[in-house]
Amino acid sequence: MTLIIEKDYGTPEKKSDKNIDLNIDGKSVTVPEGTSIMRAARTIDTEIPSLCASDCMESYGSCRLCLVEVDGVRGTPASCTTPVAQDMQVKTTSERLTKIRRGIMELYISDHPDEDSPLNDMAQLLGLKENRYGKQGHNHLKSVIDDSNPYFSFDASKCILCARCVRACEEVQGTFALTVDGRGFDSKISAGTDQSFLESDCVSCGACVQACPTDSLFEKRVEEIGKPDHSVVTTCAYCGVGCGFKAEVKDQEVVRMMPWKDGQANHGHSCVKGRFSWEYAIHEDRILSPMIRDNITDPWKEVGWDEAIEFTASRLKDIQKEHGIKSIGGITSSRCTNEEVFVVQKLIRAAFQNNNVDTCARVCHSPTGYGLRETLGTSAGTQTFDSVMESDVMVVIGANPTDAHPVFASQMKRRLRQGAKLIVIDPRKTELVKSPHIKADHHLPLLPGTNVAMINAIAHVVLTEGLMDQDYIDQRCDTDAFNQWRDFILDPINSPETVEQYTGVAASEVRSAARLYATSGNGAIYYGLGVTEHSQGSTMVIGMANLAMATGNIGAMGVGVNPLRGQNNVQGSCDMGSFPHELPGYRPVGDDEARGQFEKEWGLELDPVPGYQIPHMFDAAVEGKYKAMYVQGEDVAQSDPNTHHVEAALNALDCLIVQDLFLNETARFAHVFLPGTSFLEKDGTFTNAERRISRVRPVMDAVTGMDEWEVSCRIGRAMGADMSYDHPSEIMDEIARLTPTFKNVSFDRLDELGSIQWPCTDDAPDGTPIMHVDGFVRGKGNFIVTEYVPTTERSTRKFPLILTTGRILSQYNVGAQTRRTKNNVWHDKDILDIHPHDAENRGIVCGDKVLIQSRMGETVLEARITENMQPGVVYTTFHMPESGANIVTTDNSDWATNCPEYKVTAVEVRQTNRKSDWQEEFDGFSSSTRHIAE
Amino acid sequence: MIDMDKANEVINRFKDLEGGLLECLHGVQQAFGYVPKETVNVMADAFNLSRAEVHGVISYYHDFKTNPEGRKVVRICQAEACQSMGSRGLTERVKDVLNIDLGDTSADGEYSLEAVYCFGNCALSPNVEIDGKLHARVSSDNFEALLKQGDGA
Repeated sequence: MTLIIEKDYGTPEKKSDKNIDLNIDGKSVTVPEGTSIMRAARTIDTEIPSLCASDCMESYGSCRLCLVEVDGVRGTPASCTTPVAQDMQVKTTSERLTKIRRGIMELYISDHPDEDSPLNDMAQLLGLKENRYGKQGHNHLKSVIDDSNPYFSFDASKCILCARCVRACEEVQGTFALTVDGRGFDSKISAGTDQSFLESDCVSCGACVQACPTDSLFEKRVEEIGKPDHSVVTTCAYCGVGCGFKAEVKDQEVVRMMPWKDGQANHGHSCVKGRFSWEYAIHEDRILSPMIRDNITDPWKEVGWDEAIEFTASRLKDIQKEHGIKSIGGITSSRCTNEEVFVVQKLIRAAFQNNNVDTCARVCHSPTGYGLRETLGTSAGTQTFDSVMESDVMVVIGANPTDAHPVFASQMKRRLRQGAKLIVIDPRKTELVKSPHIKADHHLPLLPGTNVAMINAIAHVVLTEGLMDQDYIDQRCDTDAFNQWRDFILDPINSPETVEQYTGVAASEVRSAARLYATSGNGAIYYGLGVTEHSQGSTMVIGMANLAMATGNIGAMGVGVNPLRGQNNVQGSCDMGSFPHELPGYRPVGDDEARGQFEKEWGLELDPVPGYQIPHMFDAAVEGKYKAMYVQGEDVAQSDPNTHHVEAALNALDCLIVQDLFLNETARFAHVFLPGTSFLEKDGTFTNAERRISRVRPVMDAVTGMDEWEVSCRIGRAMGADMSYDHPSEIMDEIARLTPTFKNVSFDRLDELGSIQWPCTDDAPDGTPIMHVDGFVRGKGNFIVTEYVPTTERSTRKFPLILTTGRILSQYNVGAQTRRTKNNVWHDKDILDIHPHDAENRGIVCGDKVLIQSRMGETVLEARITENMQPGVVYTTFHMPESGANIVTTDNSDWATNCPEYKVTAVEVRQTNRKSDWQEEFDGFSSSTRHIAE
Repeated sequence: MIDMDKANEVINRFKDLEGGLLECLHGVQQAFGYVPKETVNVMADAFNLSRAEVHGVISYYHDFKTNPEGRKVVRICQAEACQSMGSRGLTERVKDVLNIDLGDTSADGEYSLEAVYCFGNCALSPNVEIDGKLHARVSSDNFEALLKQGDGA
């Protein structure tokens, strides 16, 4: 294994129908018109020295090392800024060029420290032997190092002002946090307004560090551990973007995670979480040994794997004997690999012999699965991420990509800076609404819970003003369904003027936005949990699909309906048959033919009756009908709504098995703890939001001594099921045999192609970047009537404000991982955002402790006053367990899928000076139930 | 605290002008005598730029001041022609008289002293500008008189 060094062509790829032939150092080369001489040379492996050039950004021409000679051209043009011309004759080496390059290098070195550095390496490469200027003159050698960022430092003494960091921040990341301060000899790289990196707008994505050619920007961990010696290509385990990374390793230790240029989801870019926040994987809090206990009040007892598996299997069998086959079940994790999820659902269906399996997608994107399947025929987003580069107008609904899907947000911003239009439908003023060089054409700040009214109003404008694509509808959609939907939408109850009373958004603004979406060319809808986590989550997904079909915006590049998936493998966990009513590949358990395939493969009979969904598991546990549960990598006690109810359910179980990296909140109620493996130990695949299956490769051996899939299989075998695999690739082979859309997927094919977007069938052996190209998967596109039904959760005199929740860039969901990294420097507590008017009415000032009360419970957070909120709406994140955000959320849920209504809770907020009762209790209970026997 | 209403009034005048940041910075400097740091975020927001970008522009041009200037600004040429006609000695004299270094403002806020590289009046070197009024062939002897003249004394 070696360290992968990716080729840098110096300037970005240019696309052109016209090719240009030229000659470089006697070799002919043909490149598209507009290509730089540097890129042309590097495509034929002719290296031209350079410092300021990178193919991730436009050429800049500042370092002057890449000068070349061109026949018939005076002087020595920079090869990075000079485009090729037909029959050009280029010389990249000559005595004259060497002399100029050494002269420039000599100047650089006269103001550069004498130490091991890439710049000194370059000087050596150019054959620079002496430095006639010495280092006594004016210089920057005593510059102060900025090490405010927890992950990297900036040493200006090594900087050559090539501005690659500034340009990376602008062109790649799109944050514009850096600048060149001053001019001439006094100029220096400055974060923000001559601030430290930490105080500036820097989001710590790492693009500048990666871009720096002189190691002025330098990772602290490389400084501590030393340079890596080999790379392992793998996939990030945070959000649904699924960035490709090279884990760079020294001996057996991970030194750093470098974004992989060939990663099709990220093209070499990263965010703070994927790039830097992986150290939880080697955190001391990780539990490495299995543990068991008879009662949750007992201390944990560390045991060997054999004993833990025997204990688990016999407890589960005893419970089934006493309370029936259906008294046990489990939840699969969207953080685990497809292979690990597949074996857990197999464990439940084959060994537990019931369908009591559900997954955390229940609480996030289950409405996506339902809504897109009913309308289009497939429970997945329609596009590949790169499609956005061909969008003319984007509609972002209930999503905050700059925080939750940062790498894709950077790509969106790149397209927006090229001139694409933007409509944001969100109660909050998110970063996409306005940030440097980005400004939404329309922001529709609707009241939480009124999405369906809004989408109907937009459709109303499209239909009444004749802006639909009737040819597309006639050819590709079900005519009866369309007519029925059209009659419904045309009803004046759906006009922007009528729904204004619900949404609070001016009708004229809605009309303009609708016209913009329908008439700008390629229209793409991107949405997040602000769509799904509502009592009408599924209705809204259907509403968006209706609108996209009506305007002809499905089945090509640049268009589509795209869920931004929250977790690395939420798409995969759904694909893998994690729902109680569906086998892998979304086939109903009641379908005899589909079930028959599994029965034949597994050699046993399967239950044809759907099992419990997560909320039903909790209800049944409280009723005493559901006695044991296997929870794979999910912290339901913190993440699921109405914490009081969840805790009561967990408390009522006779056996709770938790498989996780850490003793999480759920583990407080557990009897068996099976230590899990981090993504750095896993061998398998993740499927991202664009249906892309990517390999996750082990960087180190499982620190627990056993792979997670093997743990589940051993429990299955101990309970009598045949679950034996020698390698996770065999699990994928079984998935491929049983799942039509995965037919041609295998580890070998993935290694060959890098990644595959399902469906991967005989018709599409390399996968399918865009869905529904030649027609809808379900046949004809299905329009469904989406009547707006207001949520029962609405503001009242007692609870006059609406609380909505979300995620922040530096933390991830329940924070089990990110809280165990240095990311806490950006966010160490959850905060309640409140509009100045609401704060003033309640005498609240910034930083006050406030009590948030709903009809379900109360919790205490610190308040922050911000005009990003609209009056009447408050907002918080849910990353910290002690915040208890879900103490206040309700048990309302989506009518079709039971996805909880996290995004709407009526609350009252007032000043306080103490913690809530739950928080007081939490402190005590939290430590007592985590005790491990010495 | 600066008068933010005044700042907003100036910024609003330029914010719809394409590439209007430079004009706006001149306007702010004219209104306050310098570019107060409190205005940086407001300008960034108005022009849809980052505060780093605004800072980059301000710091690039020496003429944009980030601190209040003295009531009287003395600018003295340090370029070749003036140097050959004795501006070095003159500079020393001016520093003594004002009791400040080049680039500084006196503690009482009375004077600021700045270096300039050529007023374009080389034929009449050395040149000194006092409160925007250019004086040619200034000598160590007549500088104080010119300074007082400016005071209206």
